Amino acid sequence: MIVELGHFALVLAFGVAILQAIVPMIGAQKGWADWMRFGTPASQVQVVLVGLSFAALMYAFVTSDFSVRLVAANSHSSKPMIYKITGVWANHEGSLLMWNTILAIFGAMVAVFGKGLPPSLKARVLSIQAMISVSFLSFILFTSNPFLRLARPPIDGEGLNPLLQDLGLAFHPPFLYLGYVGLSVSFSFAIAALLEGKVDAAWARWVRPWTLAAWVFLTIGIGLGSWWAYYELGWGGWWFWDPVENSSFMPWLVATALLHSAIVVEKRNALKSWTILLAILAFSFSLIGTFIVRSGVLTSVHAFATDPTRGMFVFGIILITIGGALTLFAIRASTLKTSAVFGVVSRESALVLNNLLLAVSAAVVFVGTIWPLIAEAFTGAKVSVGAPFFDMAFTPFMVLLAILLPIGSMVPWKRGKLKKTMKPLQGVVILTVVLLALVWTLQTGEGMLAPIGLALAFWVAAGAVVDISYRAKLGRASLGESLRRFRNFPRSEWGKMVSHFGLGIVIFAITVLTALETEDIRTVNPGERYPLGKYEVLFDGVETVQGPNYIAQRGHFSVFEDGKLVASLSPEKRVYPVEGMPTTEAGIQQNLLRDLYIVVGDKQDDGSWAVRSYIKPFTAWLWIGLLVMAVGGLLSLSDRRYRVAAPANKPAGKPVEAVPAE
Amino acid sequence: MLRFLLLLLVLAVPAFAVEPDEILDDPVMEERAREISKGLRCLVCQNENIDDSNADLARDLRLLVRERLVAGDTDQEVEDYVVDRYGEFILLKPKFSLRNAILWFTGPILFLIGGAGVIGFIRRRSRAEKPDDGLSDEERDRLASLIGD
Repeated sequence: MIVELGHFALVLAFGVAILQAIVPMIGAQKGWADWMRFGTPASQVQVVLVGLSFAALMYAFVTSDFSVRLVAANSHSSKPMIYKITGVWANHEGSLLMWNTILAIFGAMVAVFGKGLPPSLKARVLSIQAMISVSFLSFILFTSNPFLRLARPPIDGEGLNPLLQDLGLAFHPPFLYLGYVGLSVSFSFAIAALLEGKVDAAWARWVRPWTLAAWVFLTIGIGLGSWWAYYELGWGGWWFWDPVENSSFMPWLVATALLHSAIVVEKRNALKSWTILLAILAFSFSLIGTFIVRSGVLTSVHAFATDPTRGMFVFGIILITIGGALTLFAIRASTLKTSAVFGVVSRESALVLNNLLLAVSAAVVFVGTIWPLIAEAFTGAKVSVGAPFFDMAFTPFMVLLAILLPIGSMVPWKRGKLKKTMKPLQGVVILTVVLLALVWTLQTGEGMLAPIGLALAFWVAAGAVVDISYRAKLGRASLGESLRRFRNFPRSEWGKMVSHFGLGIVIFAITVLTALETEDIRTVNPGERYPLGKYEVLFDGVETVQGPNYIAQRGHFSVFEDGKLVASLSPEKRVYPVEGMPTTEAGIQQNLLRDLYIVVGDKQDDGSWAVRSYIKPFTAWLWIGLLVMAVGGLLSLSDRRYRVAAPANKPAGKPVEAVPAE
Repeated sequence: MLRFLLLLLVLAVPAFAVEPDEILDDPVMEERAREISKGLRCLVCQNENIDDSNADLARDLRLLVRERLVAGDTDQEVEDYVVDRYGEFILLKPKFSLRNAILWFTGPILFLIGGAGVIGFIRRRSRAEKPDDGLSDEERDRLASLIGD
């Protein structure tokens, strides 16, 4: 019954979405105020209906109602409750419903927080949000209905892919979707602005918080995904340049560019059409990402829907959305004139370069991801594009970006002098070069990765600190004055510093992880000891254990440093009988300096076991760095400018002005 | 039942990337084998190199790579040898060839074209007349400070 109610709510939501797509848009074109206002209540009704439908599906999973086909195919009564809940979106239909639920939430939030928006802009934004909603709801209802019943329900379900029975992965899709769908708001604002023919500082200020929020979610989502890959997939890799990973990385790169270009629109009223284009591209990449994951065209472990009809449907959605948006852009972009004047050396120029590098690197990832498809379609040749390609073709642009970043973030708006900008950075430049030389001499014949990576990490992180200290006149004014300045910085200033510093940490972690890992592969007898770097490992043996819905062979290892026990690791090989699938669980002990990482393999004929052990230096900092970047984004998001800019919060009667005091 | 599951455990758990018995005695040659393996695709897997893969085929390929190295092949000769047998599909980094020109040159060419566009744009902006919006410089500065510049 509840499942049918959920189904019914979804159909109703579809109807409401159609009305919401049409009525406010006509209102905005004709200038009918009451038609324009329709978008607000409609979006609120929609969120309630879609939310009910999502709740109904969750109810079916939680109660293990195997008469629902989706539940029977993806759940099992013996599964722990948490994975019954997360199982709702660990499949094609449910994840799409979640996508749509988030879309409805964002739409309603635009309606609620957007009280200060000009009525016609708001009406258009909500209408475009509803159009996206219509396309996804029709996709769900016509090709991927989660509420279908089975005539003969099975006694128990088929279970969930064991790889997906994991907390890191369970919460990875929601964050990614929050990011993807968050970018739909920037997209709707961009299209609405093209229809209105007006892009100004106020517009940029409305768009930026949505982009920031989407970017923060994407950052966390990507971080969760790589963390999962690190401890679950086997050998401690954290990024595989897998099509599915790339499909979340491309929107991230474009969203990063969009964040930066929106600043130029906001502060200098320049780069308007480019910013609009980026907003369109960012969401297009989100759609393409959904397409790549959902259609299974680029088969990979995550692509759980390998159904060409669905693929064609999503392809249609993408074609219409992106094609329509780009056509509109081509027609209307010329009306957006830039009036700002700035010098060759200026923040504006620096941000344009930032955008160029980010856009090009996104293009490289895009071409690399779809190249196997294109090559096969046009020449019939089967080619593979994997990590070695991306390492070579993508990294140079990131290196350039990192070199430019500290300079670009310090150069003043409008017109600056390179010499003057570089002056506060002199010390950092010298230290960076010294570090480069030092690392290069200390290691013998190991290539340039470690020296360049470490130097860049320092350059970016130290640059971020120098930037904010210089702005606070630290050392040039009295300490009290500097402290006062630190206190009075807008939050976005801190956001910038923290995010850039986080990027430095990420570069550092990637470098040491790639260049300085210790690996050991051997066969060991139970009771035997073996050296691992400065540690000694004792292999205590393997036992068979019974988990809630799996059985495992669990190895026991004790790691000693100078005779003192520092870690006990229990890596496992698991088999989930319901799904008939094995997984490896690495034994990891993490601290801020290094990870000890042990995987147990097969028993050999002589009774010994194959064992892989690693010391991975500073691994935790990869995710700490990503988290720091996300925190920077949140700081910027909390800048009062974005709240003050919503003038409707002021008492009625006062003039509506989007002018914050700083 | 438990015995059946245990059997399943033993049978189902695949081998485990580079096995101890595969490793060559010569550490330099082993290091070369690892590097080459990282660039070769496990043909039956999804986007996995043979160095990381558990599949039997990957193990065979790893052994093949080591065999060729021991026989005295250079890295390039090993790579050519496997490409001869399995096709270019096995390379995770496609060759620099006319066929793959778009793949390899999209980045550099976009960067050059984009760079030229950017230089043109910045130069136009730096030479452009100030907009005639009826504001004096002071007014414009004040406006800028009001909107949070």
